[in-house]
Amino acid sequence: MSAPSTTTNERLADPDAQATALKVLVERILDEARRQGATAAEVGAGDDTGLAVTVRKGEIETVEFHNDRGFGITVYAGARKGHASTSDASPEAIRDTVRAATNIAKFTEEDPCNGLADAALMAATLPELDLYHPWQLDVAEAARRAQEAEAEALAYDPRIVNTEGAQVATQRACHVYGNSHGFVEATWATRHSTSCTVIAGDDDGMQHDHWYTVGRAAADLEEPPAVGREAARRAVARLGRRAIATGSYPVLFAPPMAAGLIGHLLSAISGTALYRKESYLLDCLGSPVMAAGMTLAEDPHRRKGLGSAAFDGDGVATRAKAFVEDGVAASYVLGTYSGRRLGLPTTGNAGGVFNLDLVAATQPLAALLREMDTGVFVTRLMGQGVNLVTGDYSRGAAGVWVAGGEPQHAVDEITIAANLDAMFKGIRGCGDDVDLRGNIRTGSLLVEEMTVAA
Amino acid sequence: MTSNDPVDAARQALLDPGDIGDADVSDLLGRLTARDIDTGELFFQLARHESWTLEDGTVKGGTFGVDRGVGVRAISGEKTGFAYADDIALPALAEAASAARSIARSGQGGTAGPLVRGAAPARYADVDPLAAASEDAKVALLGRIDAFARRLDPCVKEVTVRIALNHETNLVVATDGTLSADVRPLARFDVSVIAERNGRRERGFSGGGGRTDTAWLFATDAAEEHAREAVRAALLNLDAVDAPAGTMPVVLGPGWPGVLLHEAVGHGLEGDFNRKGTSAFAGRVGEQVASKLCTVIDDATLANRRGSLTVDDEGTPGQRTTLIEDGILVNYMQDKHNARLMGVASTGNGRRESYSHLPMPRMTNTFLLAGRSDPEEIIASVDRGVYAVSFGGGQVDIISGRFVFSATEAYLIEGGKLGPPIRGATLIGNGPEAMHRISMLGNDLALDRGVGVCGKDGQSVPVGVGQPSLKIDEIIVGGTSA
Repeated sequence: MSAPSTTTNERLADPDAQATALKVLVERILDEARRQGATAAEVGAGDDTGLAVTVRKGEIETVEFHNDRGFGITVYAGARKGHASTSDASPEAIRDTVRAATNIAKFTEEDPCNGLADAALMAATLPELDLYHPWQLDVAEAARRAQEAEAEALAYDPRIVNTEGAQVATQRACHVYGNSHGFVEATWATRHSTSCTVIAGDDDGMQHDHWYTVGRAAADLEEPPAVGREAARRAVARLGRRAIATGSYPVLFAPPMAAGLIGHLLSAISGTALYRKESYLLDCLGSPVMAAGMTLAEDPHRRKGLGSAAFDGDGVATRAKAFVEDGVAASYVLGTYSGRRLGLPTTGNAGGVFNLDLVAATQPLAALLREMDTGVFVTRLMGQGVNLVTGDYSRGAAGVWVAGGEPQHAVDEITIAANLDAMFKGIRGCGDDVDLRGNIRTGSLLVEEMTVAA
Repeated sequence: MTSNDPVDAARQALLDPGDIGDADVSDLLGRLTARDIDTGELFFQLARHESWTLEDGTVKGGTFGVDRGVGVRAISGEKTGFAYADDIALPALAEAASAARSIARSGQGGTAGPLVRGAAPARYADVDPLAAASEDAKVALLGRIDAFARRLDPCVKEVTVRIALNHETNLVVATDGTLSADVRPLARFDVSVIAERNGRRERGFSGGGGRTDTAWLFATDAAEEHAREAVRAALLNLDAVDAPAGTMPVVLGPGWPGVLLHEAVGHGLEGDFNRKGTSAFAGRVGEQVASKLCTVIDDATLANRRGSLTVDDEGTPGQRTTLIEDGILVNYMQDKHNARLMGVASTGNGRRESYSHLPMPRMTNTFLLAGRSDPEEIIASVDRGVYAVSFGGGQVDIISGRFVFSATEAYLIEGGKLGPPIRGATLIGNGPEAMHRISMLGNDLALDRGVGVCGKDGQSVPVGVGQPSLKIDEIIVGGTSA
């Protein structure tokens, strides 16, 4: 047997051949569905490979080779549907899986909203998204980079007392979506990352924090030492916590926390939550849902974007648009099915949003802290205390106590609570410290008032 | 051995289709044998799942899935090499074995020792929940429960009913001689409703299940019971007032609030964190880490429970392990890898989400033993506080010991009496501190009804939790009413 890294690289060699093979598979599954009497069908198939190397205390801890394959099929029998999936692509498995989906469709009830998206909505041309940048990374090089990141973190400060290690990972994915309109298209993408988590300690106990960098191309990643330094800086900043008094204060959400907050709003305007009435934002189109001046804009065709896609989970062409414009709800987040349930056209968002930006007037973090004057700068959130039906929000938090516009000391073991509707309408400022690493991009967000329990 | 021995059943389901014989298995283990490899392991799995969902009054969809594959692991000291294949066939297996063993410095395979067939008392029956009832019966059940829930109260506006069934067959062989198999059923039934009154909407939820087939759903009124419970919770929350904010005494009800234990101490007692010294409980065996009232058990041997395991995912029989006895920390939960590095034995807590994930020390069914107090007396002892009986979930930061859990049904306690229901609120505390502040334990130990899913490092596994009613003298309640 050749060395495993070579095995991985052999797979890297020919993405076109791999995509062609997957397309052939998808066609074969669609044919089988037709043969078994489906009136329509859609298939998603994937082939993902990856390598992740974790180093702890300078030594390799785990070497993981990932290779995930499989397909899922949705079969329609008129207005009934059934879904089945498997990791097995053998001819028998194709037959059995299509049969399982067809069988389920037999027992489900008719739903006039079921069915493929209109053929005219399929992505006719596929923009070049520049998402595929394979990295010829072997285990030794991955380990070396992880070691570099961790070593830098451990050397950062004597209060760094332990480590959870550093990881370098590379992933490549080929996905094909096809349906019985004759639409069968492939997408390729790579994703690489370096991350590091270390532990700072003092008489009060241990605190950890982490940092990571992620990108479509290895060249776009932060260098490992920078990742280690930032992880260590953040862990040390959590030491020296002091108690604060329970009360009502403004709360400043650091960018990754702010992105999560925007995620709640997007969930509340998603078609599934709306038609199930599991949202505090029913019938909100045209109404204010955020403070004036805030826009949530989607840019699905951004080159190298971490959320880029030419078509959504229904094969529908994605397009740039705003969900919130100047604080007012402009569009829901809809796929074909949820759109039909609500009597609206799909927005090309089956599977979610694709590269979402908060667009607003921004200011430097220091100016936001001055504007907040006295309150909590939240850098960590814990727990699931978000009720989308009512908008009630209550979560565990940690961060920095701010007074007179200046950071004072770390805070931990507090909760922050309010209603999401009031929180979004009470946004008083946006930072220019935009976190570029995710599908949702935003800077820090200053929320006027929340109840802080301590 | 009888013909339905799990090892034979697993071989038949996993190895026979690919024509893999004993000689092939020992050849593969030989490839995982080298001077500096401590253990090489193959984990074969066939997992089937089926679910049916009713919403908006009709069963609109169902899903069925089959996953088959093998995970190959090689361990050398603290290093682990891991690869997997979704094809149980010799070429894919050989490739995965070569990849996994790449952590070894020494070359050349060797010969693995003989396999010793493991046996353990079965903790659940060899049943297939997917095949236990007809599709018609399952669809009819969902429809019946939808109608039942809607009849309970005119405020019920939306009803979602779901049945999810799993069946997995696992086979573990390893260079330490392990030859073990497990065939696991898992069934779950959930009802979620939205109730609306005067423009206010609230959700209610109830669910349950275990390692059984579906007879309990069809032969008893368990399904109706869940519908009643979901409707009751939603209606109750329509009247909820704002939750208080600040530090106060909290009384937790029996059963599912055991999420507290799972988060406050459970994860912190998993062997991996303690080996690495990254848990707030590391190096504290023999110390008092909870109030003297507390004895905490992890028990994989309970019959038919959601978290139960006949054998774990490394072939070690499921066990009952005392973690904390009268407040003293006595044991961590171990998988083989961490146990070996810490010089102790595995406690049968090695679990993995699937063949494509690495095993780790994980909880099974974790609970606090009953005390002596009457639950009424516990509530009566609180002047101003919160009584919480249901939770949406929790999370812990192992390193600092900080944990949260979010109440979905809770009440004010005023002058020793239950007051109005309060809106959902998160409770936050520090594990060791909160455990020391448990001052009363009820005589009403109950386990949850079988809906727990535990996440760790991106891997989900089914678990159980339980506890009696208990009082924590002081914890932070994250309401909006300061």
